[in-house]
Amino acid sequence: MLNISDLYGKVEEKDILKGLSIDVKPGEVHAIMGPNGSGKSTLGNILSGRPGYEATAGSVTFKGQDLLEMGTEERAREGLFLAFQYPVEIPGVSNMEFLKAAVDAKRKHHAQSDLSSVDFLKLARETCKRVDLDASFLKRGVNEGFSGGEKKRNEIMQMMLLEPDLCILDETDSGLDIDALQIVANGVNAMRDGNRSFLVVTHYQRLLDYIIPDYVHVLAGGRIVKSGDKSLALELEAKGYGWLENEVA
Amino acid sequence: MTDFQQSALQLANKQQAATWLQPLREQGAANWSAASWPGRKTEAWKYISLAPLQQQSNLRWGTDADDSAVDSVEQVELDATCLVFVNGRFNAARSSALPAGVVRFSDANAEQQPLIQQHLGKVVDSERHLFAALSNAWVEDGILVYVPRNKKLDKPLYILNVATPEAESAVASQRLLVVLEEGSEAEVIEHFASDAREQNGFVNSLTEVVIGANARLQHYRINLEEENLLHVGGVHVDLHRDARFHGFTLAQGSRLKRIDYQLNMRGEGAHMELNGVYLPRNKQVIDYHTNVEHCVPNCTSNEVFRGIIGDSAKAVFNGRIHIHPKAQKTLAELSNKNLLTSRTAEINTKPELEIYADDVRCAHGATISQLDETSLYYLQSRGISAADATTMLSFGFINELLNQVPEQAIQDYLRPRLSSLFGQASERVGHLTYE
Repeated sequence: MLNISDLYGKVEEKDILKGLSIDVKPGEVHAIMGPNGSGKSTLGNILSGRPGYEATAGSVTFKGQDLLEMGTEERAREGLFLAFQYPVEIPGVSNMEFLKAAVDAKRKHHAQSDLSSVDFLKLARETCKRVDLDASFLKRGVNEGFSGGEKKRNEIMQMMLLEPDLCILDETDSGLDIDALQIVANGVNAMRDGNRSFLVVTHYQRLLDYIIPDYVHVLAGGRIVKSGDKSLALELEAKGYGWLENEVA
Repeated sequence: MTDFQQSALQLANKQQAATWLQPLREQGAANWSAASWPGRKTEAWKYISLAPLQQQSNLRWGTDADDSAVDSVEQVELDATCLVFVNGRFNAARSSALPAGVVRFSDANAEQQPLIQQHLGKVVDSERHLFAALSNAWVEDGILVYVPRNKKLDKPLYILNVATPEAESAVASQRLLVVLEEGSEAEVIEHFASDAREQNGFVNSLTEVVIGANARLQHYRINLEEENLLHVGGVHVDLHRDARFHGFTLAQGSRLKRIDYQLNMRGEGAHMELNGVYLPRNKQVIDYHTNVEHCVPNCTSNEVFRGIIGDSAKAVFNGRIHIHPKAQKTLAELSNKNLLTSRTAEINTKPELEIYADDVRCAHGATISQLDETSLYYLQSRGISAADATTMLSFGFINELLNQVPEQAIQDYLRPRLSSLFGQASERVGHLTYE
């Protein structure tokens, strides 16, 4: 699904990723944990094609294609989805218009016809319900005035509508209360179907009580310094990140 | 006097105005003749040139002989009393029957004439507003809307002003006077339009409004005109005690469009809100000047103007708030945001605050920016193309104000027309319904 090999990346002339490698197979859930400043968000941003985030060396293959050669929107249409750590508020653009444009763009890319407004509205409403968002959120501006939890649920709703092959969750759990966290985790778990892959980037082990990963990687200093199964997350929780950084040094 | 002033004045001689309008016409002619022609150093006209107007020679009155252009102008669909003017001339055949209280100046009876005389040319300060002086000199006809005490105008009044293609230098003069007595209410929509053919005319339109105590006016001024028209206009409003003015204005088109809003807060507790949108593109020039005079205590004013300037277009926004020494406890806000969508687009924005009272709250701000890159990235990260994302964000920038327009029919009218200005992806925006 996703193969990252010896990836180097920089943001505004600052080298952040320094030889990162991960191989995610279809259906797998990989958690990436790490201290602040280790490059977690940079990874998500480079993978989704955010302007200003540049891969300087190494390769990323997504479903057999060179991901780094693809434009931002093309990556999305091909099935890569990044749930933002800080979803953007866009007043004046209704959530509904935004979602339909996104779904239409993907369908067009895959030579499917546009959904009618009526069909789309029905689908959007059902999806709202799945993440416990009131359908009135569809009328509002994109994330406009949404609470932190509502924004994150809106991200998961977009993910459900777009049915990506690879979901990257960038600290989706940060700042969430337990109830909201459960809704988000339930949404993610409902989408695990044996083929869809997940890259769950988080600072806290707590999320992994709800989304059980197949693998846990520790990112420090721009590369993976340790990998293991879910027990590694618990070990990190108990010991903190300090011991790993020392180990690396 | 410049040649243009001279030739504009001569046009007045070709009119046949009623004698009771003569004093105002004469005063207007005197003000117009005495005015020094604005140049680059004239603050109120600093950023735009009146040269296109001066180049108009052999001015003559536009006619309504051919009114077929009205057919090609799409009207706002609402249950309203509709009055149609073609090149400044009232077109009875295309207009609804006038309801009680709405009358042409030329048909005004012995009771209405004094009312018109009492207010016409009195709300506007024609010594400070050059083209108001000209409008006074040109008063021949116009519409009076009079709503008596505690009454409401049954239906919204929809005034459609259509400019049709004529030989160069055709002139249209339009005049509206709204007088709302204490406790009354009205909704008035002024729609300025031209058909898609080349326009070379000059439109001078002036609206004066008197809102009595506790009365309320919902007012719209929509300028959707073609490229070459020259349009100078003003909306001048007196608000008395506890009066309410809710305004919305939109401007697009014209190689020179200047619109002044003057709000005089004359009675305590008065409140005004004005939202505006301007969308010049190609080589259009749009200039909004607003001036709020807070003369007395405890009044509130709130203005929000947004512009998107594209291609080689130019826009000016000058928002002045003047708080007089007596006007304690004033609450005044003004916001102006601009989006430039090309390197050659130009905006001159200037909020002006003059505060002479010490216990007031006043906020103002002006911004100029390009589209937000993070928002663009967010949309693209969901598979939306850069072009579609640009369209959605540009439209979203003004859609925020459209969403606040109280009259749904106007939202429905404007949304698809404005979204189509933002490129081919326009079907993306403004068309989805929720029910």
